[in-house]
Amino acid sequence: MNLSIPFLVLAVYLVWVPSALAHVEQGQAVGFVTGLEHPWSGLDHVLAMIAVGLWGAQLGNPAIWVLPITFPMVMSLGAMMGLLGIPLPGIEIGIAVSAILLGAMVFGEVKPKLLIAAIMVGFFAIFHGHAHGTELPAGQSGLLYSMGFVIATGVLHGIGILLGLIHRWPAGKLALRGAGAFIAAMGFFFLWQAVS
Amino acid sequence: MNKIISKNNHLLPGAAFLATMLKPVDAAAHLVTTGMGPVYDGIGHLLLTPEDLVPALAVALYAGLRGRAPGRRALFFFPLAWLLGGFVGLTADTMPVFPVSAFSFLLVGVLIAGDLRLPDNAFTGLTVAVGIMHGFFNGIALKAGPGGLGLLGIMSALFVLVAIVSAFVVSLKPPWTRIVVRVAGSWVAAMGLLMIGWFFRSQG
Repeated sequence: MNLSIPFLVLAVYLVWVPSALAHVEQGQAVGFVTGLEHPWSGLDHVLAMIAVGLWGAQLGNPAIWVLPITFPMVMSLGAMMGLLGIPLPGIEIGIAVSAILLGAMVFGEVKPKLLIAAIMVGFFAIFHGHAHGTELPAGQSGLLYSMGFVIATGVLHGIGILLGLIHRWPAGKLALRGAGAFIAAMGFFFLWQAVS
Repeated sequence: MNKIISKNNHLLPGAAFLATMLKPVDAAAHLVTTGMGPVYDGIGHLLLTPEDLVPALAVALYAGLRGRAPGRRALFFFPLAWLLGGFVGLTADTMPVFPVSAFSFLLVGVLIAGDLRLPDNAFTGLTVAVGIMHGFFNGIALKAGPGGLGLLGIMSALFVLVAIVSAFVVSLKPPWTRIVVRVAGSWVAAMGLLMIGWFFRSQG
């Protein structure tokens, strides 16, 4: 066994220190980190966001940028509804259905008109945004939390788009459709969890 | 040990880099002023206040998207308007409760996301309006601290920021790079909407 690897791991462990975050004023830093973590904390959010990117990559220009621009702007409207206490029925169901339908679009390589794709993505963005908007822990900065979750959402779209670029190769097309099927299947699992 | 290290020399630079990156540094908690004087306090205020920094970046991005001439106009008008608003703010007493800066997030963000063209005068008016508004709030905030010299620090930081960011965006040639800028604009607009939402939530 190469002993340098355990030594390297030990060295990393010894120099690794958690953030101090001592006396952070009004939870500002924590607000940003909480927002940044929020979309990553639920697999349903992660898969739906990545599906938006995958679908955009499949659809090509201009959907590849229209969808990731549409999503955060409409998502923030949903978050506003959550912040203002406007109830939205079936949030978890809506998020699960977003994974099912977006996954199905990727699986079927469905290419609707741009407006229809944007409306569909925007519709589901309201559910994701509402969930983000209602889940800010007390005492944290609203603006920094918002910045965190908007950026994290955008990064997930970016990951989806980057993965979706394999669409240009025949094997990549197949892999992408497989990923869509997986996301849709997971969506059914989330739906089952939401209604049970 | 020496034998192991000599066998794996290629790992050492990576390990040294990793160790350097992970080395703990001072926390610098309770940073109220930079301790380097009022001008630097002003620069620090801008760089550490997302309510001001994000719209300033957004104006620079939008100016860059519009091209060289608008970029040059924003480079001079925006910091000067900010300074002017700041001096007015130094004479004001109360801070408005409503987060007016949310509108600059929203407006400039939408303009970037849509890559919308404004007439020259409207573009200049926009940069001046955003500059005066944020400067005004800065003036109120800095009255008890660094004051006018802090505003000068902010103005100089803005000049550098707008120069670098707008010049960078002007230099972007591949179409996808402009798309990245537009996506960033949609994020800024989203943050603006959320700021309005947070305000109404805090009002109960």
